Amino acid sequence: MAESAAAEAIASLFAIGDRVRVRKQHPPGHVRTPHYCRGHVGVVLRLCGAFPNPEELAYKRNGLPAQPLYRVRFASRELWTDYIGGANDVVEIEIYQHWLEPAA
Amino acid sequence: MNDPGHRHHDLGGRPAGRCEPDDHQYEAWEKRVDALVQLLNGRAKVITTDEMRRNIEELGPTAYDEYGYYERWMHGVTQTLLQRGLIEIDELGRKMAEIEARERHG
Amino acid sequence: MNKAEDSEGSAGYYRRMQSAVEELLVLRGILTPEGIEEQVAAMDSRTYKSGAKVVARAWVDAAYKARLLDDPRTAVAELGFSVGPMHLIVIENTPTVHNVVVCTLCSCYPRMLLGVPPHWYKSREYRSRMVREPRAVLAEFGCALPAGIDIRVHDSTADMRYMVLPLRPAGTAGLGEAALAELVTRDCLVGVGLAACPTSSG
Repeated sequence: MAESAAAEAIASLFAIGDRVRVRKQHPPGHVRTPHYCRGHVGVVLRLCGAFPNPEELAYKRNGLPAQPLYRVRFASRELWTDYIGGANDVVEIEIYQHWLEPAA
Repeated sequence: MNDPGHRHHDLGGRPAGRCEPDDHQYEAWEKRVDALVQLLNGRAKVITTDEMRRNIEELGPTAYDEYGYYERWMHGVTQTLLQRGLIEIDELGRKMAEIEARERHG
Repeated sequence: MNKAEDSEGSAGYYRRMQSAVEELLVLRGILTPEGIEEQVAAMDSRTYKSGAKVVARAWVDAAYKARLLDDPRTAVAELGFSVGPMHLIVIENTPTVHNVVVCTLCSCYPRMLLGVPPHWYKSREYRSRMVREPRAVLAEFGCALPAGIDIRVHDSTADMRYMVLPLRPAGTAGLGEAALAELVTRDCLVGVGLAACPTSSG
């Protein structure tokens, strides 16, 4: 990551193990948070670093300040009420910080 | 009725049919589309993958469903180049017509 | 119907667009024909076999496996594979966890190591159903998982690209690295298959 981008990163709010809820928002435009996880609660597995926001890059803007990105794990049976599979099955997704809020 | 808040390309969790594992061989022009996208988005950074994806996502449900993968990529990369002013619509139209004429008579 | 009158349908239209755009960009000096051909050749040369070699090395060398899981880019470079700026992550299957990779939003795939993704990986069916009913989809791929195993589905939504490190099959203790690499299919590396046990003895 370039020096200037590193200097312009937003501070990380979440730590590994934090429970987070994905905001239930449905804007138009180039969004990389899949619809199926919005409104759902997961656990932060990994801090992936901070990256320029792809929602802004899609409009040829520079996407800065860089947004922290998290790998979040969701229980499959929490994502889908009709989930058929193991109780420990999960889906893991990378989600940008501005889509996440703390969950109890 | 399509839910406009659930964008068409955002497929995770939607009902769909059986997966058909296949060994599709790509045609030469499809490989060249792939190469074009990698070159423009790579070191050259002439376009960004994000712009290209946005343009593909804006195709609309019918086109998104009907057009093949590299057809969508070609749409996406061309729209991005047009938006950035790296090619112009008139010259593109003339060039495509020229190519079509070449193919008919060649 | 809005399909072009051309018997090739929309493919003909976009094929002509590809030729036209290429010619215009070459005229502008943004690309060269040689550059395009080199890139086509470079992608043709990347296949799942590079992933298979990485897996085989990890199976026989525990220290390499640890390096691979910790810093995949550097570890695959040890075997001569350069992934460029790609953020590669290797996820390990265990007797209790089976990993599988999908990109529900488009077609993100570890191309710099494994080459272009297979057609089915980009299909509506795979992208829609793998996050919601992985076991049913895996069954359609003929992937028979042991009872009681947990499934982790990885949706590649950002810049990370995932490759599965499959379990080494039983009965392979006597095999060398090259023979082990032969057991690793592309499907194993995505997670829709398991590394096959050798069917012949010796």
